[in-house]
Amino acid sequence: MSPKNRLLLSVALVCAWLLIVVGVCGWVVWADLSPDEREALVPIISPRGALLGAMLVMAMAVSAIVLRDLHRRYVAVPARLAEDGRTLLKAEPTRRLTADGNAETCAFVDIINTLADQRQSLQDDVETRVADARRSVEEEKNRLGALMSELTQSVVVCNLDGRILLYNNRARLQFRAMSDAPGAAGGGELIGLGRSIYAVMDRHLIAHALENIQHRLRKSAAQPVTNFVTTTRAGQLLRVQMAPVLGVATTEGGDRPVSGFILMLDNITRTIENEARRDEILHTLTEGNRASLANVRAAAEMLDFSDLDDELRTRFRGVIRDEVKAMSDRLDHSASAFADSLKARWQLEDMLGADLVAAAQRRIESRLSLRTKIEEIDEALWVKVDSFSLLQAVTYLASRLSDEFEIRELRFRLAAAGRLVHLDLIWSGQAMSTETVMNWELEPMRFAGENSPLTVRDVIERHDGEMWLEREKVKHRAFFRLVLPSATPQEEVTSDVYLKGDSRPEYYDFDLFSWSERNHEHDDQLLSELAYTVFDTETTGLNPSQGDEIIQIGATRILNGKLLQGDAFEQLVDPKRSLPPESTKIHGITPEMLVGQPDITKVLPALHAFAADTVLVAHNAAFDMRFLQLKEEVTGMQFDHPVLDTLLLSAIIHPNQDSHRLEAIAERFGVTVIGRHTAMGDAIVTAEVFLKMIPLLAEKGVRTLGEAREAAQKTYYARLKY
Amino acid sequence: MTQSKKILIADDEPNIVISLEFLMKREGFDVSIAGDGEEAIAKIRSDSPDLVLLDVMMPKKSGFDVCQEVKADPALSSTRILMLTAKGRDTEMAKGLALGADAYMTKPFSTKDLVEQVHQLLGSNA
Repeated sequence: MSPKNRLLLSVALVCAWLLIVVGVCGWVVWADLSPDEREALVPIISPRGALLGAMLVMAMAVSAIVLRDLHRRYVAVPARLAEDGRTLLKAEPTRRLTADGNAETCAFVDIINTLADQRQSLQDDVETRVADARRSVEEEKNRLGALMSELTQSVVVCNLDGRILLYNNRARLQFRAMSDAPGAAGGGELIGLGRSIYAVMDRHLIAHALENIQHRLRKSAAQPVTNFVTTTRAGQLLRVQMAPVLGVATTEGGDRPVSGFILMLDNITRTIENEARRDEILHTLTEGNRASLANVRAAAEMLDFSDLDDELRTRFRGVIRDEVKAMSDRLDHSASAFADSLKARWQLEDMLGADLVAAAQRRIESRLSLRTKIEEIDEALWVKVDSFSLLQAVTYLASRLSDEFEIRELRFRLAAAGRLVHLDLIWSGQAMSTETVMNWELEPMRFAGENSPLTVRDVIERHDGEMWLEREKVKHRAFFRLVLPSATPQEEVTSDVYLKGDSRPEYYDFDLFSWSERNHEHDDQLLSELAYTVFDTETTGLNPSQGDEIIQIGATRILNGKLLQGDAFEQLVDPKRSLPPESTKIHGITPEMLVGQPDITKVLPALHAFAADTVLVAHNAAFDMRFLQLKEEVTGMQFDHPVLDTLLLSAIIHPNQDSHRLEAIAERFGVTVIGRHTAMGDAIVTAEVFLKMIPLLAEKGVRTLGEAREAAQKTYYARLKY
Repeated sequence: MTQSKKILIADDEPNIVISLEFLMKREGFDVSIAGDGEEAIAKIRSDSPDLVLLDVMMPKKSGFDVCQEVKADPALSSTRILMLTAKGRDTEMAKGLALGADAYMTKPFSTKDLVEQVHQLLGSNA
């Protein structure tokens, strides 16, 4: 009920009350009078009825006036103040209430105004602080950027999903050297903000290294870093050091969870080649000469015997001559020529033996669902291993045992043997033949979704170790014994040296890792948060199914709502057919320009890598996608990314416009068109238009990728098919 | 000694075989020779030597294989095996001994040590 109605109602109620009081009083007095008194009273009252009525009305009027004043002071004023207060609270923090009404209300207004002042100054303060903090973060970022660009080592920082968050120029150059893609994309398709490191490195390898680091963190190791060596697709050898990036602890003083990792990369292909050559020479000179020396030494010692006949003596001398000559030849050979085959030396890391076994148990149990047990472990043993490949080998052996001999349990034993360590994999039941063991050793390791070009033998050799099968007949058991080099124990330093103390430089403080969870479900993701590859193609004509081909591809990327200018892919393509002169008029590409360019089977894989894990965006995407899809079979590249079409999106935003041509849309959005009808120019215009569309789509209720796709499908244009 | 002990020399290098043969004969052993792994196995079965001087690197069958086969056959359990090898690594020595070799010598060795080792294995005195 409005305050005005409340006032009217209360006035009516007071009037009614007055009437009732007067009426009841009159009636009671009347009832109490005797008939004589009544007869005497009537002539006195009745002429003055009007007077009485007037007094009654006057009383009512006075009550109404009093009521109205009370209402104003105690209802209307507070109600107005409440409205003003709400505005102050919600909309205009600078508004102040005007004092009105009685003294108490005025005091209240004063208090509220003071509170509002306080709030205002607090807010201002917070804003200043936020601005300061942002500025210092920006400074820290720049400092880190400067530091990283000065480093002579390649550094890549990733979040837990393997997305690259930071990298330095050195890393970019290194990746470019590793890229096998043609032309301008070189390296760009491998490294870039938001790209996946798994394009370059084995996912399992990174996961394993992270697991190692987590383990070390839990054990409060002095340096929770791990080293490994890996090969790239192009056959280069990379030595990698991985360090964790720690997030913020959920509880005060609690463990800080790993929120990402830093990779420091060294391309050691050349170093390794040199080292391997040196090793090879050393090997020839030592091992290779042992047999010869043995022959010479034995023969020479025989010559000392006095009971030697002349014929034998001559033969022994012959042996000595032969062997010494052979040794001289070998020396010449190794000094002058290098061995052809290279034996890469892999970096081994020190690891607690018990940790190695625990890791093997976890892997075997989760991958193969095979029960494992520890028979005997020397907890103090350290081994020198390449844990990734060694665990692969152990798991592989376990998988063969499980598949072919149906063993139900695998036991581990770890014992010291001089400067070596014996790692035994024990099972009950029959043992296989030596030939079977040989096969297992020499076949590339393939099991449970892993596919390694290495064999168990390679892995063992990498460790300079040995492996054999032994039987324990009495216990009706058999075991593989892996002989590994031991390592001197690492000292376990107390955790506060590294972990909980804030020993890390300050410029690591800014939060790069907030979007870790984002890329899991594309459809529910906000359009403003996705990574996009915006591309365009130029073609020989409009009918891919009738032999028209792509002659140019341009692509650029959008990340975090920004067009990445430096991240461009532009490539001419040899169409392997003639170029119609009419088409040259459109795109300006002449047949001469296409001579010597790579063909589509070389370019599409590079584009595919460039667009990995992004949403594709194109204007009239159906047209370009058709060209890409027709090449799927030839190139083996499936472009099954989510696709958004700026033409359809334009139709959602402006359903009443006649034209949804790229120029028309660009004009509507105020995007300057440069280099129209080059693939790169169009891709950039499309990207800029797309960025402008995102907020407008949100106004139409289209916020996520799923919603955009759904809305696009509903537009009229979606029914047009090429 | 009623009958001289039999020794089999299994090595594919004639240049060492000639010395070993002379040396062992000089010590009064009955010596036979095998030029590869398979021949060695055959001679061990036919001649049942008391001791085999077994080279690791041989064609057809390696010394490790021969050793394992001999030790797996109960009929041949009395055959002593002395492995001679140009592979000097600890791991290989460990493997040889684990597979049942009675002794292991790395090339080059002193013939005096070899003779001592042989006598020790055969429980005879020089």
